[in-house]
Amino acid sequence: MKTEELIRMLGTNVEPVKGGQLRIALMVALAVGVVAAICVMLAVFGVPSRFFVGEDLGAQLVALAFAVGLIGAGGAFLLKAARPGGSGQRPLKIIGLLFAVLVAAGFLALVFAHPAAWIGMAFGPQWAACLVCIPLFAVGPFASLIWALRRGAPTNLTRVGAVAGLVAGAVGAAVLAIHYPGGSIPFVVLWFGGPILLCAVAGAVLGPRLLRW
Amino acid sequence: MTGCGYAMLPGGHCAIAGAQPYPRAQAPRRMDIRTDEPQLRGLMLAGLDGDAAAHTELLTKLGAHLRAYFKKRLAGTARGPADAEDLVQETLIAIHTRRHTYDPTQLLTPWVYAIARYRLVDYLRRTKTAEMDVPIEGAAEVLAAEDTSAVESGLDLAGLMAELSPKTRQAIQSVKLDGLSVNEAASKLGMSPSAIKVSVHRGLRALSLLVRRRSSS
Repeated sequence: MKTEELIRMLGTNVEPVKGGQLRIALMVALAVGVVAAICVMLAVFGVPSRFFVGEDLGAQLVALAFAVGLIGAGGAFLLKAARPGGSGQRPLKIIGLLFAVLVAAGFLALVFAHPAAWIGMAFGPQWAACLVCIPLFAVGPFASLIWALRRGAPTNLTRVGAVAGLVAGAVGAAVLAIHYPGGSIPFVVLWFGGPILLCAVAGAVLGPRLLRW
Repeated sequence: MTGCGYAMLPGGHCAIAGAQPYPRAQAPRRMDIRTDEPQLRGLMLAGLDGDAAAHTELLTKLGAHLRAYFKKRLAGTARGPADAEDLVQETLIAIHTRRHTYDPTQLLTPWVYAIARYRLVDYLRRTKTAEMDVPIEGAAEVLAAEDTSAVESGLDLAGLMAELSPKTRQAIQSVKLDGLSVNEAASKLGMSPSAIKVSVHRGLRALSLLVRRRSSS
């Protein structure tokens, strides 16, 4: 085939391109992902009997704020990185900062607590539920984010996959935080932060396979 | 970028295409990125608005740049001009089918370079060459030279088209090869105009997949 022929073909009946397609696709994907995660949560736990009450309210709100912050920063990164050559350093720094602040807060909480209480704080109520449920809730959002990113043209597939996994994990964590009283801050660090990072690693592994174009 | 005055003329071409936007550069060097970028970007923006002539001109100009770039990058490997031409065509299809990923507020050259580099790395990985070092920063390089001595790629358009589904093939044939308008093609094929548009878009993406598969075998 001659390249001229190809260009003639591509240049025939050129349709106007609407702007903002990627932004809309990513927002739709995020909304669909949140709904999917909530559905899975309801299927697993049923309708929560109580919302945002009890002695663990502080840690619950910290977990929720942390997850929402990750979703915001990660979403901003994906919007840039879905374009060829696009990458945002600032959203990645914000993600790092969120983790650093959370870990620091967890250490502070441990410092002010009696060492005998440390094990109880770190493992808290039903740590295994977090470890299983956050990745489980993240499956839906991850699939919808990959769908949206495939409409773009990311060029750094590992990194984009990792951030997509991170955002999906954060959606799962936010949905779990709505349902589940979080225990203490060190508990949030370990059993919300940890599973989110696990989702990011899974995303980094899957990214190059799922996002190739 | 918006302050540089890329006003659009009625024809859709960039108003400052012929002007020298960088007063410091006294004598523009041959194929300097800084002299080409505004013109190419103007053509791209016009093409995004549906200007077919501008889009064709853009692809022709980019094709020449890409050819020189890929030839240079493939030099030293056991690959001939036909392989470079495969890559030129893959990249042009990618530029066309993914043009909605270009952010009109940004420069065009880095976007083109990112696509060309991605296609090159993908090609080298696919064809199992020992991976060459393809620098991440090097947007200037993709416009550094032109090469219009096109050879035919080893791909046969008719053969590729035969692998598409009949509906997609007819849509591409009518709209992209016979030059019918979307509405004409819709009434000829008994499909809705939006179905035609979707078929054409899907078909072009499928073609680029086929091109990739062929060029790696």
